[in-house]
Amino acid sequence: MAESMRTAYAEALIELGKTNEKVVVLDADLGHTTMTCAFQEQFPEKHFNFGIAEENMICGAAGFSKAGLVPFASTMAMFGMGRAFEQIRNTVCYMNANVKLAFSHPGISVGADGGSHQTVEDLAVMRCLPHMRIFAPCDPVEMKKAVFTAARMEGPVYIRISRPDVENITDENTPFIPGKANIVRNGEDVCIMATGLMVHDALKAADRLEEEGISAAVVNFHTIKPIDKDMILQMAGRVRAIVTAEEHTVLGGFGSAVAEVLCGQNVGFAMVGIEDRFGQSGQPEELFREYGLTPENIYDKCKMLLSKSGK
Amino acid sequence: MDYQNKEKELQRDIIKMIYEAGSGHAGGSLSVLDILMVLYYDVMKTDPENPDWEDRDRLVLSKGHACPALYAILADRGYFPKEELWTLRKLGSRLQGHPDANKTPGVDCNTGSLGQGASIAAGMAMGAKYLKKDYHVYTVIGDGESQEGMIWEVAMSAAHFKLDNFTMILDHNGLQIDGSNDDVMGIGDICGKFAASGWNVIRVKDGHDFDEIRLALGQRCDKKPTFICCETVKGHGVSFMENDYGWHGKTIDTPTYEAAMKELGGR
Repeated sequence: MAESMRTAYAEALIELGKTNEKVVVLDADLGHTTMTCAFQEQFPEKHFNFGIAEENMICGAAGFSKAGLVPFASTMAMFGMGRAFEQIRNTVCYMNANVKLAFSHPGISVGADGGSHQTVEDLAVMRCLPHMRIFAPCDPVEMKKAVFTAARMEGPVYIRISRPDVENITDENTPFIPGKANIVRNGEDVCIMATGLMVHDALKAADRLEEEGISAAVVNFHTIKPIDKDMILQMAGRVRAIVTAEEHTVLGGFGSAVAEVLCGQNVGFAMVGIEDRFGQSGQPEELFREYGLTPENIYDKCKMLLSKSGK
Repeated sequence: MDYQNKEKELQRDIIKMIYEAGSGHAGGSLSVLDILMVLYYDVMKTDPENPDWEDRDRLVLSKGHACPALYAILADRGYFPKEELWTLRKLGSRLQGHPDANKTPGVDCNTGSLGQGASIAAGMAMGAKYLKKDYHVYTVIGDGESQEGMIWEVAMSAAHFKLDNFTMILDHNGLQIDGSNDDVMGIGDICGKFAASGWNVIRVKDGHDFDEIRLALGQRCDKKPTFICCETVKGHGVSFMENDYGWHGKTIDTPTYEAAMKELGGR
């Protein structure tokens, strides 16, 4: 059954509210969007709403961290990453403040709200900041682990919280080690490296390839930074082609991070992602088709690379 | 303590630091110096032996470019050796061009990008209240800085959260990089704006009168943050720098250095 990533985020926060006295939650008038309203209901004294003022919330979070607390600042990715970029850069990252940024509604799966609200550049922006660590969980079970892990870590962490409800791919026993990608499915011919919602499409693409006798590995990169270089190089030595898949612009995002590691390796490489475009209004599944974020496109890219390499 | 002599000594330190560095912000450092002196010598609970003491009062110099004044005071109070002042802005120095709390003992917060320090300071005050700590958080902003939208986000939030453990001091010298506030972007009746936002507002007519500053810092108000507007002189203490916006961030050359030091009673 599909479940909400945001509800999982809120449930993890509530668990932290019970077990970690240092955790506080900050909002910018989007508690009913990020679902932190559920935390607020249980722990009103640990919840601070800054109103529609993301910059003040982010710097305020740094202030809380300087007082020894562990603040989770929540809003939509567009306004957190976008509006408050310089606050994240100069206050959170430059000072290496112990602030957790949990931003929802990344990518085009935001849907009908349209391009103004669809952040397709957050991974690129966050990735270039020293001290920042980035988690992009693929399902609700993994979301909770990301939140618990972020609370235990010192320093800035960005958690990317996708909007749609999704089925769980991982389970309670799946490891969540920052910077260590998980092999979801083994394969020898091609490797699909995916993050967030695209892990689901990667598995569907692998199914289709398998029907044709092509063995496709699928790796879930729940951590975008630090990127799992060992996994990437290990796969580069094993398969003939690597395809990345992300709900994000291909400029500077997850695929770029993989490409930076693959530079000079003898392996075919292609990216599935948003091609230098803004989003637009539509239903998420329509938008995924429009922007090529589909199992078919991943499948096509794999086939294209394998045919080039002689299979 | 002999405030007048100490002030002269610190003014000389500021001029020498900026001269040795080859760059820096003399005008704003000299205008804010007396405010910081009252805070660090008289008002704030601090311990130079234990800079990270959990219950200390905090100071966030939101107008971070004026850090030579802060560094001069911190060195004088023994947070680090005075000789280190002459490394300001140089490679490997603990004294960065703008405050870096991870490098400099006694600096409570990174600042430099205007507006952010005030907001972090308000967050610290919120954290202190949440933890039921009784330390006080001070922030010093510039008048040009008050053109940043963030200052007005803090004006709202600090009143909303009833931060009576939070004091914002305005170093009101009337000048910024491109000219006077009025020429660049008038800040209007700033005391009236903070009062209307629900703050306890205090005016200090002479921001270089130690007693007046001290008196103002003692006037807190239950359930309200305090805003203290100090009328100051940019470049205070060096006649040819006073009230001249050109001295916001100009390099101090050797003849200027010698002339300034002579006025300040140095060699």
